[in-house]
Amino acid sequence: MSSKPIPAESIGTIEGVTPEQLREKMLEGLPSKTLRKRSKQVLTNDPDSPPEIGANSRTIPGIMTQRGCTYAGCRGVVIGPIYDILHITHGPIGCGYYSWQTRRNLARPVPGQPNYLQYCMSTDMQEDHIVFGGEKRLAEAIREAYALFKPKAISVYSTCPVGLIGDDIHTVCRLAKEELGINVFGFSCEGYKGVSQSAGHHIANNGVFKHMIGQDNTPVEEAPFKINILGEYNIGGDAWEIDTLLRKCGISVLATLSGNVSYDEIAKCHQADVNVVMCHRSINYMAEMMEVKFGIPWFKVNFIGAESTAKSLRKIAKFFDNKELEARVEEVIAAEMAAVRPIQTEIKAKHQGKKAALFVGGSRAHHYQDLFSDIGMVTVSAGYEFAHRDDYEGRDVLPTIKVDADSRNIEELHVDPDPERFRPRLSPEAKAKLIASGFTFSDYRGMMSEMKKRALVIDDISHYELEKLIEIWKPDIIGSGIKDKYIVEKMGVPCKQLHSYDYGGPYAAFTGAINFYKEVDRMLSSKVWSYVVPPWVKDRKPAQTQEPALEAAVA
Amino acid sequence: MLDLTKPIVTERNALRINPAKTCQPIGAMYAALGIHSCMPHSHGSQGCCSYHRSHLTRHFKEPVAATTSSFTEGASVFGGMANLQQALVNIFSIYNPEVVAVHTTCLSEVIGDDIPTIIKKSIEEKKIPDGKIVIHANTPSFVGSNVTGYANMCSGIVNYLAEKTDESTDSINIFPGWLDPSDMRELKRLANELGVKFSICPDTSDVLDLPQTGVYQMYPQGGTPVAEIRRMGDAVKTLALGEFTAYPPAQKLLDKCGVPFEKLDAPIGLVNTDNFIDALRRIAEVEVPATIDAERGRLLDVISDIGQYFHNVPVAIFGDPDMVVGMTRFAIELGLRPKYVFTGSPGRAFENRVNEILDGKYPDALVKQNADLFELHERIKLDPVKLILGNTYGKYISRAENIPLVRFGFPILDRVGHRMFPTVGYRGAMHMVQKLSDSLLDHQDRNCPEEWFELVQ
Repeated sequence: MSSKPIPAESIGTIEGVTPEQLREKMLEGLPSKTLRKRSKQVLTNDPDSPPEIGANSRTIPGIMTQRGCTYAGCRGVVIGPIYDILHITHGPIGCGYYSWQTRRNLARPVPGQPNYLQYCMSTDMQEDHIVFGGEKRLAEAIREAYALFKPKAISVYSTCPVGLIGDDIHTVCRLAKEELGINVFGFSCEGYKGVSQSAGHHIANNGVFKHMIGQDNTPVEEAPFKINILGEYNIGGDAWEIDTLLRKCGISVLATLSGNVSYDEIAKCHQADVNVVMCHRSINYMAEMMEVKFGIPWFKVNFIGAESTAKSLRKIAKFFDNKELEARVEEVIAAEMAAVRPIQTEIKAKHQGKKAALFVGGSRAHHYQDLFSDIGMVTVSAGYEFAHRDDYEGRDVLPTIKVDADSRNIEELHVDPDPERFRPRLSPEAKAKLIASGFTFSDYRGMMSEMKKRALVIDDISHYELEKLIEIWKPDIIGSGIKDKYIVEKMGVPCKQLHSYDYGGPYAAFTGAINFYKEVDRMLSSKVWSYVVPPWVKDRKPAQTQEPALEAAVA
Repeated sequence: MLDLTKPIVTERNALRINPAKTCQPIGAMYAALGIHSCMPHSHGSQGCCSYHRSHLTRHFKEPVAATTSSFTEGASVFGGMANLQQALVNIFSIYNPEVVAVHTTCLSEVIGDDIPTIIKKSIEEKKIPDGKIVIHANTPSFVGSNVTGYANMCSGIVNYLAEKTDESTDSINIFPGWLDPSDMRELKRLANELGVKFSICPDTSDVLDLPQTGVYQMYPQGGTPVAEIRRMGDAVKTLALGEFTAYPPAQKLLDKCGVPFEKLDAPIGLVNTDNFIDALRRIAEVEVPATIDAERGRLLDVISDIGQYFHNVPVAIFGDPDMVVGMTRFAIELGLRPKYVFTGSPGRAFENRVNEILDGKYPDALVKQNADLFELHERIKLDPVKLILGNTYGKYISRAENIPLVRFGFPILDRVGHRMFPTVGYRGAMHMVQKLSDSLLDHQDRNCPEEWFELVQ
């Protein structure tokens, strides 16, 4: 694998091919309608003035996409990790089955609290229910679930056919709530709504906001610095790592939405001083709505990457404007970085200048660039699977984003300040002072402004484009998901799953960063790829060739 | 682990908990991958395709190519024809397969999209290039299960491709049912060893068990070629290895081309493999070579060597029906005592067949179709077993109850052996004997009192 150093500021040519030429190759030969669409989603970057990207647009039928559906975004991502409520999928068996334990929603319940994550519940709709309606079955399923488990809340998810046959899950839930005396609520997250899982995130945010946030006003334990972490899903134990770190600094986390989190934590989390946002795409709606209703400000953080973690801790400390806290944060950073640096330096020396390409999620393709950058690696190409323009170009473009028919289908909740519980966390003077000192609220600058000039930005990368990228630019490592992993590795390039972490992790915070550096080092140093060609192939006469693939690999 | 499951069997009518099945389309996708140069296409919203590709990938640890019609709300209201036509244009221009195998989803089934009409229109409008083929199967998710989808796609393959001419091929068709690529490879090896002419369809070996060569091929050398499938209509006989996943296409081929068939159980274990070998021998009128006798003898030898540890051990077996039927007979051959024999898939034929195999000799055995793993766990809590045979999802019960789990069937998401080593045939059976005895003896070694810890066994 070649690894010529990448220029510091701008991507020039890689393997003799410029980003513009590679883009041409990727788009070459596409049917005209497909070409028009993909041209807007495959761009060369300009960090100073990010070009407009055709993100959050419909997936083109027949293109092998990475994307999933609205149900996956709602039930699978945002609500699925809440461990002590029952999740019932209303539909044929597949959707419930596939969202059962596949997304690594790790949870360590508070002692005495139940863990329902090991249970997959579905109404397993049959043809009769499709023909005659499934409401009765859903009501019965809720009753049976309650009788068995006596949960504090039940959450119901609609799948595609439910929307089409018109089952009113919300009425069924309301009646069940009255009958059982527990909170029961539903999500109309049929797979076909929206253009990707992103619509499901929005629907989930709305439901969690309506049915869970602020349901319990019992005062939380007194603590000087109380935050919520939004958009952190505890994949591979990331949330535990972040919690531990914040605790060392003296900062309390009321709730993490949604990872290792209980119903009660969410119901009380409106008492926090501030919301910090990890994955902007999946949870910005919640941050905005909580600010309007309760007066909780929010800002963006990133605990992926050692440098980013330090920056995020300082930002939180600065928000609280407390000298003691700031001093403690500096102490913690110094102690943690002392452990990080030797490993970082050692691994950086081995892999400086190597090329990474990341195609994943709605924030990870951005966040993980920081980890690679910690060890001197360059992200030559990146793109999200389901993000919107603001995640690429920054929130400044929000007013200019056209709301299309697909987005209009997703309810925008109208939120007013809560008459009793709205309480601005900062006085206007304090807020103005922070802003004057360079502090930013409700901020996300997006991926592009932090990527190199002329890096290739590819939204919703297709299988074909990924193949071209690997063939031509020969990245040293790809970060992607399960569907791409073995395609990439068959081509002789290691691929790190950044959804599931290949069942490793944690990779968040300082300890997580060390884990990740070591993992990347393991992958890049693996001898597997060097054994691909058997020793006898070099002596094989062309006529006797059995495996053309092997010959090609030698050449 | 599963702390809320109690030792009581609860009555449930509407709530499925911890299913032992999934929906039809994944089976259709898997079957289509067993045609050479075929792109499976999921006609519905893209989540289905994403879930199925992810799940198959996790089982095989191999690339799984498939496309989707990516329905949005508009398509759900106005029908999916435009989406499917656009998809076909893109698939043939960009991925260039020989065949596209379309399966439906609950969404397109509820809308009522008429796939044959869309295919016909696409041919007329030149959206399908000359010489390229589009086939389809209806696979509504609210009927049957993953095995139904597999069978429906196999029937679709026969329906679209098999032809009868006047020229017989002297060949035997094998519908292998839903097996792993390693199993299909083993069936072919056995048939070749016998020297019979045969066609196997689908065939996912050399598609989903590829070597690492540094080169990715979207359409590798494996898969049953279309030309071979066409000629299956001229074969002398068909062997259908399983009621649920092989019998339907065999029946279809009989109806369409008049090829008679024999129905066998999946060739798992000694007798089921004997039946497979013997059927090939009878039909092709060949002698079974001594090498096969020797293989069989080696299996029998290892069973007699290690059989004492299997004797009367109560076992729970769960999974897809054809695999469970095959495995139940094998369990009996080994001396295990089937106690719970469960499938999540609906179908009385499963219970009937397993009860025939049990032959009244296991009065406390509970055989159940359309069951789930929550109930299996409840029953195990009430009346335990010493061994569980099933797919990866059994690991939760296994850990909760400290009962060893031996993995077989689909899906296996957390181990790699099934990719290389077959479950079918004598060799597959030897492999299973090793897994079973390793598992039981490892468990005994970890848990027995120290004074009973033995060096030799």
